[in-house]
Amino acid sequence: MALDNENKNFFDVVGTRPIRPDGIEKVTGQARFGADAYLPGMLHGIILRSPHAHAEILNIDTTSLDNDPSVKAIVTRKDFSPDLKGEDWNILENVMADQKALYDGHAIAAVACSSLLEARDAVKKIRVKYSLLPHVTDVEEAMKEGAPIIREGVARSSVPKDMHPNIVGYHESGHGNVEKGFIEADLIIEETFKTEAAHQGYIEPHACLVNMMPDGKGEVWCCTQGHFNVAKVCAKLLGTDASQIRVTASEIGGGFGGKTAVFIEPVALALSKKANRPVKMVMSRSEVFRATGPTSSTSMLVKIGMKKDGKITAASGTFKLQGGAFPGSPMAESAMCAFAPYDLEHVKNVGWDVMCNRPKQAAYRAPGSPMAAFAVESVIDDLCKKLKLDPIETRLKNAVKEGSKASFGPRFERIGLVETLESAKSHPHYLAPLKDGYGRGISCGFWFNFGGETSVSLALAEDGTASLSVGTPDIGGSRASMCQIVSEELSIPYEKVRATIADTATLGYNEISHGSRVTFATGLATIKAARDMKRKLCARAASNWGLEEDAVYWEKGYVKPAGPNAGNHDPLSIIDIAKTMGRTGGPIVGHFEASPEGAGVSFATHIVDAKVDRETGFTSVDRYTVIQDAGKAIHPAYVEGQFQGGAAQGIGWALNEEYIYDEKGVLQNAGFLDYRIPVASDLPKIDTVIVEVPNPGHPYGVRGVGETSICPPLAAIANAVSNSVGIRMKELPMSPPRILKAIEENNG
Amino acid sequence: MRYEAPQTLNQAVNVFSEFNGLKRILAGGTDILVQLRTDVIQPELLMNIKDIEELGKIELFDNFWKIGAGVSAANITRNKEFSKEWPGITEGVGLIGSTQIQNRATLVGNLSNASPAADGVPALVAANAMVEIVGRNGNRKLEILSLISGPGKLNMKSDEFISHILIPRQNKNSSDCYIRFIPRTEMDIAVVGCGVNLSVENNNISAVKVVLGAVGPKVIFSEEASNSLLGASLNADSLSKLQEICERDAKPIDDKRGTIDFRRKVAGVLAKRAVEKAYKRIMEDS
Repeated sequence: MALDNENKNFFDVVGTRPIRPDGIEKVTGQARFGADAYLPGMLHGIILRSPHAHAEILNIDTTSLDNDPSVKAIVTRKDFSPDLKGEDWNILENVMADQKALYDGHAIAAVACSSLLEARDAVKKIRVKYSLLPHVTDVEEAMKEGAPIIREGVARSSVPKDMHPNIVGYHESGHGNVEKGFIEADLIIEETFKTEAAHQGYIEPHACLVNMMPDGKGEVWCCTQGHFNVAKVCAKLLGTDASQIRVTASEIGGGFGGKTAVFIEPVALALSKKANRPVKMVMSRSEVFRATGPTSSTSMLVKIGMKKDGKITAASGTFKLQGGAFPGSPMAESAMCAFAPYDLEHVKNVGWDVMCNRPKQAAYRAPGSPMAAFAVESVIDDLCKKLKLDPIETRLKNAVKEGSKASFGPRFERIGLVETLESAKSHPHYLAPLKDGYGRGISCGFWFNFGGETSVSLALAEDGTASLSVGTPDIGGSRASMCQIVSEELSIPYEKVRATIADTATLGYNEISHGSRVTFATGLATIKAARDMKRKLCARAASNWGLEEDAVYWEKGYVKPAGPNAGNHDPLSIIDIAKTMGRTGGPIVGHFEASPEGAGVSFATHIVDAKVDRETGFTSVDRYTVIQDAGKAIHPAYVEGQFQGGAAQGIGWALNEEYIYDEKGVLQNAGFLDYRIPVASDLPKIDTVIVEVPNPGHPYGVRGVGETSICPPLAAIANAVSNSVGIRMKELPMSPPRILKAIEENNG
Repeated sequence: MRYEAPQTLNQAVNVFSEFNGLKRILAGGTDILVQLRTDVIQPELLMNIKDIEELGKIELFDNFWKIGAGVSAANITRNKEFSKEWPGITEGVGLIGSTQIQNRATLVGNLSNASPAADGVPALVAANAMVEIVGRNGNRKLEILSLISGPGKLNMKSDEFISHILIPRQNKNSSDCYIRFIPRTEMDIAVVGCGVNLSVENNNISAVKVVLGAVGPKVIFSEEASNSLLGASLNADSLSKLQEICERDAKPIDDKRGTIDFRRKVAGVLAKRAVEKAYKRIMEDS
């Protein structure tokens, strides 16, 4: 039987929109998030954070807490493993500072007390002696001669020797000869662009409840996108075994990449270990902004040459990304995604990884790609305008297709960029005349998507219903999609399947919920686990009938004899087989473990109409349309939600969100009042079109959708705004002061 | 921290005036609770005035409105008679926080917080409103411009607190307006605000007060801008003159919410728009 690799084209349940299985808990407030956990005897932990952007820590004096009965434990860096290297050391250095405070908000020490109020008071009594060091927070400033060096000797071997010590990573890719290509161009535009750091802005702050027992067994409850990773990191930072730390993921109030990193769990474990009591920690919003990872801020140089007919002859870009006081900014991703939508004979992508006195950047939906698209798609828009070309036709003329050589190397398999552009061209939004004073912006965007380690288990209950355990926290509706997949494969109703996010002791290692991988990889694993179960059901029925396994077959929820030779048996339903499984061979469980490849890249095209109030610089986004290739939408409502969410976050990033540091390197807007994510009334109704060009790497054709949707908005909105005011906006956010200044300067 | 919830104004005056440490009044609590939570202040006395009946009323007398310190923003905005007479003051009150916040927050609290960006204040100044202050030595009245001395600072003695706001009855052929600039559409704090109170006679402006918010250490009453409109008819010339003077009179700072240049420009734009809007209101009513 070919149950294993069958690709499905016709579906009963997949593609429908059943209600979400986690809905009742969420709307009645019973869902348990990170901070909704309590244990008897639990303490409250609070972290003391550096008020300085860059300082040597001379002394941490906790003697004032010595006789304080409310203080149950104090930890500093010396309470963590001294033996770490590489990225493990970087994570620890970010979790708890060693000799230097590297950014405003860097953790210095932590205390645990019986009550939160006591902990808040106690932490204020710790005296830290700092020796201030010069600091730098701007990516360009950090590379200037004389800029303070964040850490010597971090640069990877790929970084050219003569570069500034704060440049710690270097990427180069591409093909052809760009110099030759630029000679062939009729028009070349070269521009620099800047973007500010944007925070993922998840509504739920980081929170955990942990218990470290004297025998070394640790229990962690936390809000994370990847609890297996939490176990791994905590074990390393505390110098213990990964299997001894059991992590359960709570419900999650948003992550967007920012909850792939580990911040407070190792600290809580270290406090718990010392106090011999459970410890709960909940970050304040200010801590979330100061000490968890926003995305990189950037400085980018892009050059594109075009023929009069719109054909791009060559493209090059240098993408400088600041990733905080640690190596690891997604500059290679910026460089590789920048020109990915276009089929180019000559292309060169360069990325620089730059260190600054800012928090360690963390992933934020398609890390690196949205900023690169902003630079590239702005230049393409200007080329189209100067050459009087239609922005969609021009993009179609250059669009990559199946077999095109990607700007970052490999040849594309089947992809759907052209389909999104064709759909945009005929969309009522694009055909509608532009209202007076408005500008329209178009942009394409690209993201790789990812597979990664995945392990699932599907158990059959005695009544023929199914219980699916997955190891990827549900950050975008994956439980609904997984239940649909099981329902589809086993031909049992959607409501008869329950999906659970299992803890780290229950399944094999699962990579974090990131890289838009869950519906692809966990979905693929669920399909394979269900097919494994079907095979076992067939074997059980065959054995019950005294037949060989290949003498039966599966059809829509029933095992049937394969032909007249197999004898005259009534088909056995799942319920029939489940009822007797205890005495016919034992429990029936399907499972699957692998690191699936073939995630299938994804493209999108966005259309935006925006209007700028020329007297105040205020931008209103009036109409927004997202068109994206989903491969196959398992639950279209969730896919549309991902599309809309990407656009909404993009609108915030493009218009108002930014990290604002003062001259001392202290973050000025560590709260939702002055870090301005869009409110509901800022957003237009966001229209969506799901394009389905199946991914050949998935049995149903699924492509990840969570990240591509945030790749085009920065550029699409910038193009709309620039067209409304008649000035090219080259710096994000396009906040009212920045737009008004550009208008004033343009007026001379 | 000591917590008191007196039942009468007399009791409140006694409790408050006799206490010598750091003390705060709790009305809506929308500022004070946040400040407590974030360790901005740690008062030794917190006095809740919400139980005091006479502070919870909006009263109309022959010559003025009297709004108690415990009256919520929502009770002001939903008072049809008041909001019809003073649409601009009502607009300001209706922009404080959010709908939920307005169910708790008070106009006196907005005023007492003395934030230069307070949405409730510019239109009050434009309307010549006053506050009634109670203390050990009885009551006194004070103009709002004299009440506020700087960011977070009021000209009051340590035994005093505000019991009421007194707002005169609006004149004939007059109306007011408050508009503010924020980078979003709601749930934000004014980057610039402008309150205007306007009277018109024979199509000419017969009385006017233009007040700017968030462009100085306290609200700015632009006398020059106001005078420039006096006796003038509303046209492109008079408006652009007004705009220019307001740009000049604004004394903003550079901060995370906006630059000096930006705030000056927007102060001029808002003054122009607020005057136009108030004028339109008068025309529609007459």
